[in-house]
Amino acid sequence: MNLRTSIVVIAVAALLGFLVWGLVKKGESSLPVGEPVPTATLPTLPEGGEGSLADYRGEWVLLNVWASWCEPCKAESPALDRFESANREQIKVVGVDTKDLSEDAMRFLREFNITYPQLRDASGDYTDGELKTTGVPESFLIDPEGNLVAHYSGPFRDEAAIEAFAEPALEGQPGPGEGQQKAAS
Amino acid sequence: MRRAGLLVLILAALASPSLASAADAPARANLPEIEDEVMCPVCGTLLGLSHSPAAERQRVFIRRLIDEGKTKEEIKDALVAEYGGQVLGLPENRGIDVWAYAVPVAGFILAIFAVLWGIFSLRRRRRREEDSPPEAGPDQEDSDRLERDMARFDL
Repeated sequence: MNLRTSIVVIAVAALLGFLVWGLVKKGESSLPVGEPVPTATLPTLPEGGEGSLADYRGEWVLLNVWASWCEPCKAESPALDRFESANREQIKVVGVDTKDLSEDAMRFLREFNITYPQLRDASGDYTDGELKTTGVPESFLIDPEGNLVAHYSGPFRDEAAIEAFAEPALEGQPGPGEGQQKAAS
Repeated sequence: MRRAGLLVLILAALASPSLASAADAPARANLPEIEDEVMCPVCGTLLGLSHSPAAERQRVFIRRLIDEGKTKEEIKDALVAEYGGQVLGLPENRGIDVWAYAVPVAGFILAIFAVLWGIFSLRRRRRREEDSPPEAGPDQEDSDRLERDMARFDL
């Protein structure tokens, strides 16, 4: 094999490698259940502070990704707020506002009288890139060890749907990570 | 008549500073121009191509800043503050996006080298041609054969 043929073969192999790598990366469409949920330090809403999912380690968390321009988010907000008020002893609800104007987001929080903690992912780097969300709203149930227990795309129909989604937390069940640890020990 | 002339002169003197400052002032920002230079962060397309609810909110935000008299750069800065740097649609200077900046620079450098190499090799070839002795003419045998052929064909 002469030098020119070798260069062509290497170039074609590199191109194919890039294509396969791109397809594999694209195939990772959602976070795997039982695996740790990525964390990132984000600004809070209202502005002035910083927060992270890691701050809630040791507690069950329902992470809700939303935006003020999203009509289904508006539809599910009252139910989510009622759920949070009724179950805040068992589970923390944390909102992540994404790709949104801060003014609009604050207006949304006031309109729906939402008081649970809010983080702001202005660019969508965390929600799209780390949580692999494909739209809003999306919700993640996370166990006290920070592992994903369940994922829900779209708006919750009502409070009962949220309770069904968060059942492991409300019943005080161990998360998949805890279960695995117990099985291992 | 003299009064009218004086009035014209006074008005011209008053108007000239304002005309000069108007010429110095940056052009007023306009929505279509900004729409063509920023992205809709939700749709992943130019803002001008999107009519999603998020894009409409972004337009409202830009229009308000235009009405406040902000320049195009100030509005783009405000959009970056709201949505992050990706709103400008420029490649980032990290990860694989670095290639977007590196490849044109590398290509430019390679092109300069290619042009220089071409010039030098052309000069070298010319010099070699000048230095080489003139080509020898046909030898005696070829000349005789040529003469015979020409005579044969009556040329």
